[in-house]
Amino acid sequence: MLYIKCPHCGWRSQNEFSYGGDATVKRPKLGKEVTDQEWDDFVYNRKSLRGKHWELWQHLSGCRQWIKVERDTATHEIFKTLKASEEIS
Amino acid sequence: MTQSFRLENVGLINRNKKLSFKFNGKVYYGYEGDTLASALIANGVHLVGRSFKYHRPRGFFGAGVDEPYAIVQLYRNGETEPNIKATEQELFEGLEATSVNCWPSVNFDIGAINNFLKIFLPAGFYYKTFMWPKSFWFKVYEPFIRKAAGLGVASTKHDKERYEHKYEYCDLLITGSGPSGLASAYAAAKNGARVILAEDKSRFGGTLLTSEVNIGNQSGKEWAESIISELKEMPNVTVKNRSQVFGYYDHNMLVMSERISDHLPKTKKFHPKQRLWYIRAKEVLISSGSIERPIVFGNNDTPGVMLSSAAKEYLKVYGVLVGKNPLIFTNNDSGYETAIEFYKNGINPIILDTRKDPKSEIVDEAKNLGINIKFSYVVVAAQGYKKVKSADIAKISEDKEQLGTIENIKCDCICVSGFWTPTIHLASQSGNKTKFKEDIDAFVPGTSKQNETTLGAANGNYTLEETLKNSFEAGHKLSKEITKNDNKVSFPNVIEKKSTVHDKFWCVPLPKGKNYKRFLDFQNDVAVSDIEIALKEGYRSIEHVKRYTTLGMATDQGKTSNLNGLQLVSKIENKVVPAVGHTTFRPPYTPVSIGAIVGREVGKHSKPTRKSPMHSWHEKNNAVFVDAGVWLRPRYYKQGNESLFEGSKREAKNVRTNVGVCDVTTLGKIDIKGPDAAELLNRVYTNAWLKLPVGKARYGVMLREDGIVMDDGTTTRISENHYHMTTTTAQAANVLSHLEYYLQLVWPELNVNVVSTTEQWAGAAIAGPKSRELLQKLFPKSDVSNEGLPFMGYMEGDLFGVKARIFRISFSGELAYEVNVESDNGYFMWEKIMEIGQEFKIQPYGTEALSTLRIEMGHVAGSELDGRTIPYDNSLEGLLSKKKDFIGKRSLNRKAFTAEDRQKIVGVVPLDKKTSIPEGSHLVKDSNAPLPNPKLGYISASCWSVEYDNPFSLAIVKDGKNMIGKKLFVMSPLKNKVIPVEIVSSHYVDPKGERVRS
Ligand SMILES: [Zn+2]
Repeated sequence: MLYIKCPHCGWRSQNEFSYGGDATVKRPKLGKEVTDQEWDDFVYNRKSLRGKHWELWQHLSGCRQWIKVERDTATHEIFKTLKASEEIS
Repeated sequence: MTQSFRLENVGLINRNKKLSFKFNGKVYYGYEGDTLASALIANGVHLVGRSFKYHRPRGFFGAGVDEPYAIVQLYRNGETEPNIKATEQELFEGLEATSVNCWPSVNFDIGAINNFLKIFLPAGFYYKTFMWPKSFWFKVYEPFIRKAAGLGVASTKHDKERYEHKYEYCDLLITGSGPSGLASAYAAAKNGARVILAEDKSRFGGTLLTSEVNIGNQSGKEWAESIISELKEMPNVTVKNRSQVFGYYDHNMLVMSERISDHLPKTKKFHPKQRLWYIRAKEVLISSGSIERPIVFGNNDTPGVMLSSAAKEYLKVYGVLVGKNPLIFTNNDSGYETAIEFYKNGINPIILDTRKDPKSEIVDEAKNLGINIKFSYVVVAAQGYKKVKSADIAKISEDKEQLGTIENIKCDCICVSGFWTPTIHLASQSGNKTKFKEDIDAFVPGTSKQNETTLGAANGNYTLEETLKNSFEAGHKLSKEITKNDNKVSFPNVIEKKSTVHDKFWCVPLPKGKNYKRFLDFQNDVAVSDIEIALKEGYRSIEHVKRYTTLGMATDQGKTSNLNGLQLVSKIENKVVPAVGHTTFRPPYTPVSIGAIVGREVGKHSKPTRKSPMHSWHEKNNAVFVDAGVWLRPRYYKQGNESLFEGSKREAKNVRTNVGVCDVTTLGKIDIKGPDAAELLNRVYTNAWLKLPVGKARYGVMLREDGIVMDDGTTTRISENHYHMTTTTAQAANVLSHLEYYLQLVWPELNVNVVSTTEQWAGAAIAGPKSRELLQKLFPKSDVSNEGLPFMGYMEGDLFGVKARIFRISFSGELAYEVNVESDNGYFMWEKIMEIGQEFKIQPYGTEALSTLRIEMGHVAGSELDGRTIPYDNSLEGLLSKKKDFIGKRSLNRKAFTAEDRQKIVGVVPLDKKTSIPEGSHLVKDSNAPLPNPKLGYISASCWSVEYDNPFSLAIVKDGKNMIGKKLFVMSPLKNKVIPVEIVSSHYVDPKGERVRS
């Protein structure tokens, strides 16, 4: 079970969180004209990386904040966690 | 025979407490502090079971967790449990156990014929033998395997025992209480660290209990006892015996199984049987020691052949002789310790040492005692079927290839020592890259991946002084980093015998003309010849060899077999052992009961149960409940002997003719507040929300980004910046997360707060033509006329002193209202509604009637909004705003979603107006078409229409809009039904929606 440092609450076990997918995906602005390709990239196309990956988790059974977690998908090592408002650097 | 192999005055057992027990129906006696194994050996019983594949007689090989085959079926307090190691099971009064793997009995076993049909069971026998003919599988092979194989029988009864889970955090978790575990725990504890020390056995001390050493002028055992008693007194230390740390998982999470009651005849009241500990440790010290490895020789599985260290443990801990005429077969100094113990207790052992001329303190001691030692000698084969009777021995050449003349000598046990294998399972599970250590012929932990340090014998260090020194240092250093304290403990003086190098000899060659089975893996019956066949057949990777031959698999995880298997592969392949590599060690290190894994989450506790505030009223009024997610909801209120069908029909009919009341507390409710609340709703829902006036409700549909309908419900504007959203019962949690996602990540600029209020409000839906009259009586001060409270209107009211929210919304399609009060007043509200509703012939209705009402009205619910449908499919396309963007809108112009013949919801009526249509059935054009018959759609929901008194269903059908009026067939292969049907509008009752507005 992973040990995730919630930027709001501190270290918590994985079973308090739910996974939310790739954190680098940006939703196109509402009302903006986008091509089919751009839209498909937003909705469906994901890289399924092996290695470092920025992903979203929600601290569901805690502060209910969505957070950004940089995790190695192969080793599960977690390098960094950020608040929703913080930009991935 | 009464404990004729028990010594007097030796051992740590309690001789004041004699215990009786039964094995295979026969009564024996032992003492408190015995294991089942030690008690049986004390009684001269060595035959405990039959081997897995060949059904050869099997006895005891080890004295603890290393035991590969003394596995029994245990009976305790009216329950039975399989797969119990006799060497680990502590004796209690009244214990009963039976052999496994034997049929009809351990002494006469039909499967033993396999032993003479070796051609039938070579390596990969499962794959080869049971392949064909196919028809033999169910009738012949499977019953045969089921009866013949397996490690016992699981109980089919409900397990009445209690199992608990515990979450714990510590600075240092130390696995094993031998010298390294005790020293590191002591140093860390003295430095203020929070320490958990786990010991698998009932006694602390590990090898200190059996070795002849002196620490600080105390015997090893005394020193261990003094350290443990001091640790137990310290508030920052948790000391646990009977606790096996069996798994090392991610982020330094380890799992430990504590056997709290297994050693007692009966679990004490309010105590669990076992407890599973989830431990998150900052640092882990692995002090799991090492396991002696066997030397491979002919018939080395005969009962009476066992590890030399086990023989010593039976002697020193339990006062039990494994034999009175022992042969010690060793390639190192450890065997001498066992021999000397025998000698001290009046038994004359013979030592066969594969080494030519070893020189060390302990060898000299044995020589001086006059023990018969034969150097450069090996055991070629054990003789005897159910027990060792003699041994064929021979001199071996210096190159270890040639055997001299075979001699036969009498003996009743053969104690084998092939040197020591560090127990690296936990380190390997943690991701540690293990490395091969040449001088000990074994793998030790290498580079750590997680915060883990391996000490002592587990790290390949077999001298006590060095082990203690390293362990004191490690305990101090690691605790210092955490606590910043620097309290040093003084290092005690250590006296131990120095030993010399071992002989890297592990397998005795076969003598000419003999074809003895030489076993590597005793649990899985894998012999040298099996590995040879596997390699001959082209298996190269050790992982493949493992799977093909079953070497090192199952509950044993290669504890005694692993290294010898690798030696053999490396020899045949002409590779060095590190190049062959070892197979992956997987948790659990030892078997863990399913009960412990499940914990308290069994039966009704497998998930939480949520009840509405009116639950006890429903119970008192004969409600039959149904699970709705985690909620319990009344399905119908049974009157007399009414069936579900009759009861729900009565309830639905009463709604259509009079008035009914339904508990809708379970609906998800989300409170939405803030100046941008309307903007959020406008983006989340597909229809327009910016102009909804205060005091009005609106129906809305929300999509996922891929255009699929996520949920629907009504949202009401309570005041300027305050909305009350409802969701379906099932999607309540997802919708809240969905809103939080957009507010926190996508549109943080929106000034809105959302919070779940599902539990805060109790809800009652009042539906039927007489609902307004009832409502007026419930709220005499309010104007609930069609003008005062029109369809989709909202007002607050006073329900006899209780503040209430009144919504004019309808799921049943009738004139209907929903009344919400604070949860604590829910019961009061419900009773008032029932009391005042009497004159209007009110009846409560459950989810079944609710379904009937919504289905015949064509209102969609979970069975249509099933994660596969878009708004058009549900005839909700009218709710798609063309003027604004919303979540998922861009996906709706995908080709498949806009296809001319896109699926759409329709109604389905059987032509005979009698036959009920099973949900999930398929719709086809021609019921006799050849398979696969093209499917046009599926039945999503079925009911008995109370309006028309015939069956009615909803279906999602391809080209639904052009299907109305067509005649099709419903096919349910599961129910073996073919029903001719007519497709009609999904709005079967009141298609214009006049009733809700009346
Ligand atoms: Zn948090």
